[in-house]
Amino acid sequence: MRDVAVISFAQETAVKDRERNEVEFISPVVRDAVAGSGIARHDIGFTISGSCDYLSGGPFTFVQGLDAAGAWPPVKESHVEMDAAWALYEAWVAIQTGDVDSALIYGFGKSSLTDIHEVITLQTDPYTVAPLWPSMVDLAALQASALFAEGDVTERDLAEVAARSRRDACANPFAVVSEEVDADTLLGRPVTHAPLRDSDIAPVTDGAAAIVIAAAEVAHDVCARPAWIRGIDHRVDAPHIGVRDLTTSASTRRAGEEAGALQGGFDVAELHAQFSHDELLLRAALGLSAETAINPSGGALGANPLMASGLIRIGEVFRRINAGEIGRGLAHATQGPCLQQNLVCILEGE
Amino acid sequence: MTSPPPLIEQHVLEYPGGYTRSVGTAVSRYLTGLRDGVIVGVRIGDGRVMVPPTEYDPETGAALDEYVEVGPAGTVVAWTWVSEPRSGKHHLTKPFAFALVRPDGADVPMVHVVDVAAADEMAVGMRVMPRWASERVGYVTDLDAWVPISDGETPSAAAVNTAEVSGEPVTGITVPIRLEYEINAGRAPSKYLRSLAEHKIIGQRAVDSDKVYVPPRGSDPTTGAPTTIEVEVSDVGTVTTFCVVNLPGLSEFAPEVPFVCAQILLDGSNTPWFGLVQGLPADEVRMGLRVQAVWADVLVPDARSIKWFEPNGEPDAPYDTYREYA
Amino acid sequence: MGAVRTAVVGVGQTRHVSARHDVSIAGLVREAALEALEDAGMDFGDIDAVVVGKAPDTFEGVLMPELYLADALGAVGKPLLRVHTAGSVGGSTAIVAAKLVMAGIHKRVLTVSFEKQSESNATWGLSVSMPFTAPLVAGAGGYFAPLIRAYIARSGAPRHIGHLVAVKDRRAALRNPKAHLHLPDIDLKTVEESFLLWDPLRYLDTCPSSDGAMALVIGAEDVADAAPGPAAWVHGTAMRSEPTMFAGRDQVNPQAGRDCAADVYAQAGITNPREDFDCAEVYVPFSWYEPMWLENLGFCAEGDGWKLTEAGVTAPDGDIPWNPSGGVLSSNPIGASGMIRFGEAAQQVRERAGDYQVPLKTGLALGHAYGGGSQFFSMWVVGNRKPE
Repeated sequence: MRDVAVISFAQETAVKDRERNEVEFISPVVRDAVAGSGIARHDIGFTISGSCDYLSGGPFTFVQGLDAAGAWPPVKESHVEMDAAWALYEAWVAIQTGDVDSALIYGFGKSSLTDIHEVITLQTDPYTVAPLWPSMVDLAALQASALFAEGDVTERDLAEVAARSRRDACANPFAVVSEEVDADTLLGRPVTHAPLRDSDIAPVTDGAAAIVIAAAEVAHDVCARPAWIRGIDHRVDAPHIGVRDLTTSASTRRAGEEAGALQGGFDVAELHAQFSHDELLLRAALGLSAETAINPSGGALGANPLMASGLIRIGEVFRRINAGEIGRGLAHATQGPCLQQNLVCILEGE
Repeated sequence: MTSPPPLIEQHVLEYPGGYTRSVGTAVSRYLTGLRDGVIVGVRIGDGRVMVPPTEYDPETGAALDEYVEVGPAGTVVAWTWVSEPRSGKHHLTKPFAFALVRPDGADVPMVHVVDVAAADEMAVGMRVMPRWASERVGYVTDLDAWVPISDGETPSAAAVNTAEVSGEPVTGITVPIRLEYEINAGRAPSKYLRSLAEHKIIGQRAVDSDKVYVPPRGSDPTTGAPTTIEVEVSDVGTVTTFCVVNLPGLSEFAPEVPFVCAQILLDGSNTPWFGLVQGLPADEVRMGLRVQAVWADVLVPDARSIKWFEPNGEPDAPYDTYREYA
Repeated sequence: MGAVRTAVVGVGQTRHVSARHDVSIAGLVREAALEALEDAGMDFGDIDAVVVGKAPDTFEGVLMPELYLADALGAVGKPLLRVHTAGSVGGSTAIVAAKLVMAGIHKRVLTVSFEKQSESNATWGLSVSMPFTAPLVAGAGGYFAPLIRAYIARSGAPRHIGHLVAVKDRRAALRNPKAHLHLPDIDLKTVEESFLLWDPLRYLDTCPSSDGAMALVIGAEDVADAAPGPAAWVHGTAMRSEPTMFAGRDQVNPQAGRDCAADVYAQAGITNPREDFDCAEVYVPFSWYEPMWLENLGFCAEGDGWKLTEAGVTAPDGDIPWNPSGGVLSSNPIGASGMIRFGEAAQQVRERAGDYQVPLKTGLALGHAYGGGSQFFSMWVVGNRKPE
């Protein structure tokens, strides 16, 4: 395998951006990520995005997005209808083939244009589940309920996760939800999606993120502190949530094993936990110890721009390695009902 | 100076009449069962009975065909509360629970709804039985809801189906999906659309070149750089290429066929504009034809402010003047 | 090219029809997947990763349908990727799958693409009108017909050239039992008399709308060496994209297509595509795109594409057959159409093309797909011998 590193990252978020269209939203993020990479746009070998037509309400969202990417002269380019963390995976594969030495990855989506929780329902079985319209939050709440029923997790455990995330988000300019709050205060607020409170549910967020990665021979030249990708893997679970053991995340565990995450030793883990209980499930599946700081950015509970949010987890770990704050971190991305599909990426400094 | 508010429009994404889904073997067994008042599962590779059934094993993908009737009673293994049912989506109109319910005889719980009056009536482990719709058509809501069973109560068989349906297996369903969006035009397109309401066409010039984009999208697609320089272009242009359309009903401004849909290079612009050409017989439209916009009587910030283009009487443009745009 | 030699070792596809009323979406994709696995002598348990491709999710109203299909495709516990690059998606999906093997990450990858267009309809699916954007008042044909007119103006091609392609590809499809359209009586006259939809395009110059799926099993060199059937070795893969609209863009003969061809030819050692290939499976959804892509892909000089078509050079018995399977003009499950081109090219070099097998001389074939406003391109070259 070739050594590949993240060398640049940029993001933008908003609660509800009604000024800019997608292209206007993405363009500055891509420009900043490219500028930060130290590589000229047309020297970047591969371009790939992650986006979703159902977020924007019509087909071919990524075609518009390409207008923000500076794709002339023609570029080697691809697109996944997935969170852009998987676009990064495809870019990493492209570098492994030897065909290219660097890649620009971007993800974007404006979740606020519609009732996003309702739209995500369409990921479920189109014959027996989707026609009942359980939302993304309803399905997550069922998983939380199953977890509570097992008896090892309590409301307070969730509130502790939510409170810590909200406090940490105060230091993150891209968080759209943050507050200095403790678990007791959150427990005093109403249960809105039993057994979940609003504070257990990631906020609807508009956003875009871009990352540049490069093979060692390029990364060393342009980046003082690259974040080396020491392992990356992703796995998927069965779609039928009843057939899964909802008190764990088998696909996260497997992706973690394959990526080498179970050796531990992480200063930071940025987990794409869209619900408070997701964090508990993910920490257990990945065997993260108490020494690992979980979601110091505030995580997805602070800002969760779908299609970019998983990529942002990788970006947040890179940012801390690049700043010299930490030596080794883990990033995680998810999509699909009740943590169906999971990606784990391990990053290290020199 | 404050800028005007962004242009926002409501948008509905809906396939008219609903998606027409053919359901295949396993889902047919399930939906046919619901229509007939029974719940059908399938035995999967590890020996468990799973409901709803699929044609393939959830772990290995191997083909499955051992169908098993389960229920009618069941047990709630997880639940959540829906305090505000959504019209046009949820089939129940009062607050209800989504739940994972494991029918007796099944090993795997299924996602469905439980109808109780309030959330505090829900509990993991509670026993429930189906409340069947009286009219059952072979749809997932034929099982109207699970409802609590009191101690000692025995679920009775489903009542006779009052819907007029054949006894044939269910092979297809129609699934309505209506999604609503609030779309904003963006900064650059808003300026352009607002200019149309003032009988002007405002495009944007790329920063790194002299190229003018109309309509502007906010970036120069070749570089991704924002386009910030506003430029007014003419409402007169040249037909660079076109097609004659014989399909009726496509445009409110072209009620009759044939009509002409053209790429028009407006004077002062460097990107083709897609518009209708009228005012001459379709078979006389040609590449190089000089045309002028015909504006609507009432101008609005919308592409409909220009109804179509008509010949302006100028001699045709020589091919070389627009060749690189054709 | 990557370090690992890579080959297609299994190919499967459904019969393409306007509406498959007898299967679910899962049933449709499994038909293709199981046929490809059987061809490769494998089952789902042998597969390391699955790559799914299709056009917009709105066509079937299922969001990221690969999630719902994970168990149907035996992907549970494995890596699963979903590619979407508009009309080129079938091709780019095959390339993403091949790269997983070339990079040495996996040994055996299943890739599947599909469209079940009868769940809605293609005209609606392609032309959902969005606020603030000028509606495509004339549908997909209305977008491409003006470009065809521009091609005719540039090249001086006679008006019947497109119709010749419409007849040629439909006649070829008569030898392909899985093709959607079987029109035994088609001739120049029936095409010329078919309804003039978007002048210069007549009804029979356009592709059908199909339900269908295509699957490939792609393996590493040792897997291919041990496979029960012949291998189609991947000699080159390339993708190129350019923006939809910019000042001075050549929409008729796009630079991205030319660059993509040059890249894939360089990898495969192709210097004269007309002589170096035994056949080409090229994405021709409107008849006129055969002469246009003949030029874009360098099979002739610019302006000469129509002359090759007119001379019968691209016919099944010509010196460089194009679309001996019947092509997109005969079967078009949009998300799968590109992978069908890639897979049919593979079947030719595996000598598995049945009644539409072309004679092999060089043992190399081209698979091609494009999409969007002629702006996304994917291509591969496959051969019956291992690459250098």
